[in-house]
Amino acid sequence: MPVPDIEEFMARAYAMELEAQERYTLFAEQLDTHNNREVAQMFRKLAQIESLHARRILEEMRWPSIPALPPAYAWESTEGPETAPPDAVHYLMQPWHALQIALACEQQAQKYYEDIAAAQVPQAVRAAALEMAGEEREHVRLIQDWMKRVPQPPAGWDADPDPPRASE
Amino acid sequence: MNAPGVALPAARDFKSDYKPVWCPGCGDYSVLAAITKALAALELRPENVALVSGIGCSSRIPAYTTCYGFHGVHGRALPVATGLKAARPELTVLVASGDGDGYSIGGNHFLHACRRNVDLTYIVMDNHVYGMTKGQPSPTTEPDWSSKLAPGGTGLREFHPLVIALASGANFIARAFSGDPNGCAALIAQAVRHPGFSFIEVLSPCVTFRPEQRNWKTQVRPAPVSPTDDPGRAARRLITDDGFNIGVLYQGSRAPLRAADGGAQPIEELECRFRI
Amino acid sequence: MHDQSRHASVSVALAGSGGAGVMTAGNLLLEAAAQAGYYGLMTRTSGPQIRGGEAAAMLRLSTFASDAQDDRFQVLAAIDWQNVQRFAAELPLGPGSLVLGDPAQGEPPQAFLGSGARLAPVPLKALAAQVAGGWPNMVALGLLAGLMGLPREALERAIAKSMKKGVEPALAAARLGREQALALPGFPLAAAPARAARWLITGNEAAGYGALRAGVRFVAAYPITPATELLEYLSPALAKVGGTLVQAEDELASINMALGASWGGVPSLTATSGPGLSLMIESLGLGVAAEIPVVVVDVMRTGPSTGIATKSEQADLGAALYGLHGDAPHVVVAPNSLADCLAATEWAVGLAESLQVPAIVLSDQYLGQARGVVDAPPGANAAVARAKSQGGEGYRRYALTASGVSPMAIPGTPGATYTADGLEHNERGTPSSQASDHLAQMDKRARKLEQLDPGEAWASVEGEGETAVITFGSCTGPAREALARARAAGEKVRLVSLRLLAPAQPQRLARALEGVRRVLVLEQNHSGQFLRYLRGEYGIRAEMRSLRRPGPLPFRPEEIHRALTEWSRA
Repeated sequence: MPVPDIEEFMARAYAMELEAQERYTLFAEQLDTHNNREVAQMFRKLAQIESLHARRILEEMRWPSIPALPPAYAWESTEGPETAPPDAVHYLMQPWHALQIALACEQQAQKYYEDIAAAQVPQAVRAAALEMAGEEREHVRLIQDWMKRVPQPPAGWDADPDPPRASE
Repeated sequence: MNAPGVALPAARDFKSDYKPVWCPGCGDYSVLAAITKALAALELRPENVALVSGIGCSSRIPAYTTCYGFHGVHGRALPVATGLKAARPELTVLVASGDGDGYSIGGNHFLHACRRNVDLTYIVMDNHVYGMTKGQPSPTTEPDWSSKLAPGGTGLREFHPLVIALASGANFIARAFSGDPNGCAALIAQAVRHPGFSFIEVLSPCVTFRPEQRNWKTQVRPAPVSPTDDPGRAARRLITDDGFNIGVLYQGSRAPLRAADGGAQPIEELECRFRI
Repeated sequence: MHDQSRHASVSVALAGSGGAGVMTAGNLLLEAAAQAGYYGLMTRTSGPQIRGGEAAAMLRLSTFASDAQDDRFQVLAAIDWQNVQRFAAELPLGPGSLVLGDPAQGEPPQAFLGSGARLAPVPLKALAAQVAGGWPNMVALGLLAGLMGLPREALERAIAKSMKKGVEPALAAARLGREQALALPGFPLAAAPARAARWLITGNEAAGYGALRAGVRFVAAYPITPATELLEYLSPALAKVGGTLVQAEDELASINMALGASWGGVPSLTATSGPGLSLMIESLGLGVAAEIPVVVVDVMRTGPSTGIATKSEQADLGAALYGLHGDAPHVVVAPNSLADCLAATEWAVGLAESLQVPAIVLSDQYLGQARGVVDAPPGANAAVARAKSQGGEGYRRYALTASGVSPMAIPGTPGATYTADGLEHNERGTPSSQASDHLAQMDKRARKLEQLDPGEAWASVEGEGETAVITFGSCTGPAREALARARAAGEKVRLVSLRLLAPAQPQRLARALEGVRRVLVLEQNHSGQFLRYLRGEYGIRAEMRSLRRPGPLPFRPEEIHRALTEWSRA
C-alpha cells in the first residue's frame, strides 16, 4: 500500500505496536482467567516489548500528543501485521505455543517493513523502514533463542480429562 | 446528548474492569472490542448507552462494558429493549444475543422486532451452536452436525436469519465476522447510525464446541455487491446467500417507530369520563 | 303504593340474542339509575359467539352501594328465549319473581318456570313495530324502568346522552314499554340516597385509572379475556397524559417490555389473565432478582388452562403467591370491590416503585367487567417515587441497606452504570455464585418486604363478634351483605377481607381475630387455595371451616348467611 510520508509511516508503525500490545494483553487476561499463569506471564512480557517499541516511536517522533489513529486502520489484511490472530490461543496452551505465535507476528512485521523499504517510497521512509525491519529481525532472533530454552509441548498437551461445564 | 466540553471517551473507556470468562480464542472477545470501538467512534458516552442481552455466552457481554447493562432471561432481550426504547427514546440501545437465544427461544420476538422497526441495533453472535449449555444444535447449525441430543445431525434445514429479517421488515441487515474486529466495528457503527431496526449477524466462532470454525476465516468474503435499498433485490441475494458474505446487505428507508408525542393533560381530567 | 312495598334493592335481567341489543339496553338502564341518584351494578353473561349469540344483562339497582349480586332476580325479561336456559344457574328466580316474555317467541324454558316465578306475556316485538325504527330492547328498557319506578326523566336523559342515533324512536319505544309496566306487579325502588359525587365505571377502568394516578406511563399490552378492556382503556388515556402503550406479540414480550421500560425509569404495567400470568412468571422472577418495579394486573378467570374465559374464579392465588421458581418474594394485592380496583392498583404501583419489586394485582372477571355506580374515590396521594441514585465513586446498585431497598441508578445517569442481572450477584451487581452473596441478597430481598408497614390498607376489617368471615377479592361484596343481614338479625359477625396477600401480615390478622372462635374461610375456587394459604402463613387458632366453590357462579349473600347461621347452631 502507498505510504506517502514519514509521519504517516511512523503513525502506522505506532498503531501496529499498540495493536500488537493490546492483543498480547488480551491473551494474558484470557489465560489468567483460565489459570494458565505461565503463558499469561509470557504474553504480558511480549506485550511489554511491544509497548516499549511503541514508546520509542513516540519519543523519536516527538509528537506533541499521541497521534489520532482512526478506529479501523486500513491494513492489507483485517488487522496489523504484528497482531496475533484472535483465535491463536488455547486454554491449555504451552509457553512454546506463545512463542510460536510471537515468532509469526515478528516475521510478518519484518516482511511488512522490508516490503515498504523495497517499494517506491521517499528516502526518509525507506531509511525508517529498513531500521524497523532490522529491529524486527532482531526480535525474531530473540524469540527463536527463547524458543530453544522452552520445552516443546508433549503430544496430548491439549488433552483435558474433564468434560466441559455449563456455568449458566 | 453528551455534555459539551468534556473529553470524549475512547474505546477503552467502554470496557469495564470485569474480565470476560469466555474461552481463550472465542470470537466474542473481538465483538466486545468492536462494540467499544464503534461506541467511541460514534462519540457516545457510556451512561447514554444501554446494552440489553438474554442468556448465553454472547449475552454475558453487557457487564464487560461500562454502559448500562441488562442481562435478562433467555430469549427476551428484544422486548426488554423495545420497552426501554419506547420509554427512553433518547438512549442508544443495543441488543446482544446468540443464535440460540436469538433465533430459537427468541425467534418470535425477532420477527416482531423487525416489524416494529424501533430504533435498536441487534447484534447476534452466531456460532452455530448452544455453547453455554455444552454443545447442542442451534437453529443455524448444519443439518449433519452430530451432537448428543441429535446424533448424526438434526436433519433440519438451517434457519436463515437475514432472509427472515428482511421479510419481517428490518431496516438494516448486515453480516460481520469477528475475525475482522475493525470491519466489525465499522459495521456496528453504521448499524447504530442507521435509523430503525438494524440487524447484524456476527459470525463468531466457538473454539470449544465448533473448533472447525477456525476455517471460517478462509470462507468469509466481502459481499460481492454493494448494499441495496430495494427489498426485492435484497431478497434475491439473501435467499441464495451462503452465510459467508460480509458487509451491509440491505439498507432500507422505513421510518422508525417512534412513540407519538405525548399529551400533557393533567391526570384528573381523565375523571370526566366516569363522573355521573 | 305503601312505603313497605318499596325496595332497597331490585335485580332485573334482560336476555336475548342475535342483535337484540340487551347489553345496550342494560347499560342504558344502569345509566338511568345513575342519573336518578341510585347505586347500580351491571354484569353480563353470553354464549361463545363473538356477535349475535344469546346474552343476558344482569342489573341490580339499589339505595346502597354493593358489589354483590342479590340472592335472586325480581324480574327476568327476554326478547327471545333462544338458548337462554344456558344462563339458568346465573339467573336464580323465586316465587316472588316475574318472568316477562314475548308470546311471539314461545314459552320460556322450564328452567325458569320451575322456580315458581309468575309469567307475564309482553308483546315486545309487536309493540316495537308500532314505532318507526323502534326496537324491542328499548320497549323492554322502558318496561323495566317502569317496573322499578325509575323517574322517566332519568331514563330519557340517559337515552339522549348515550345513544348515537335513533334517539327519538328509542324514546318512543321506551315510553310504550313504560306504559306496559302499569299493568304489571312492580318492584318500586325506595327513595334514592342523598346526592353525592359518584362515578360510573368498570373494575378494569378503575384499575387502569388507579395505575395512571400512581404514575404509570408505560404499558405493554397483549389482549386476553377478561383483561383486554383494561388495556384498551389505557391506550388513549396514556396518550393524553404523555405515556405510551405498546402492543406486544405475546405475554412473554409484554412483561419484558414493561421490565425494560421500568428499568429505564418509567413506572410500568401490564394486564393479563391466568394463562398470561403463567407465561409471565419466569420474567416476574427476573424482576425480583434484578429488583425492578413492575405491576401485573391479573384479571382472574375460571381455570385451569383455557378454562372459561368469560367467567370469574379466584384460582390464581397459588400461582400469584408461589408460582415463581426459587425463593422470589414479591407483592400480591387483591382489590375487594369494584371501587377498590382503583385504590388497590394505585397502592400496588406505589409498593412496586418504593420496594423495587414486581407486584401482582389479583382482580377478577367479576370485578373487572362489572360496571357500577361507586362513590367518587378520594383524591390521589402523591405518586410514590422509587429511590434513585446519582451514582458516584463505588456505587453499589444492590448495596445491603438496613431497609433492604438500595437506590437505583437510572440509565442516563453518569458515573452509575451497572448491569441489572437475573443471575445472583454481589452488592455491585457482578454475577456471583458465592454462598455469602446469595444469602446476603436473599436476605435483602426478603427484608424489603418484611419491613413493609402497610398500615390500615392491609385488609378491610369490619364488625365484631366471635365468628368471622375471612375472604379476599370479589367474595367480599356478598360477604358484606351477608354480614349486614346477620347484624340486622342481632348476630355478631366480623369480616376480614385481606387486601395485602404478600407479604403476609400474621400479626395484624392475629389482632383482627382476637376473641374470634370460629372462622369461615370464603373463596371461589375448588381446592381451597386461600384456606391452605391461611393455614400456611398465619397461625389461626380459631376453628376454621371452608365455604368454597369454583367459578363461574358468584356467591350470593344468603348462602354465606346460611352457612354462618348453621355453624353457630352446631
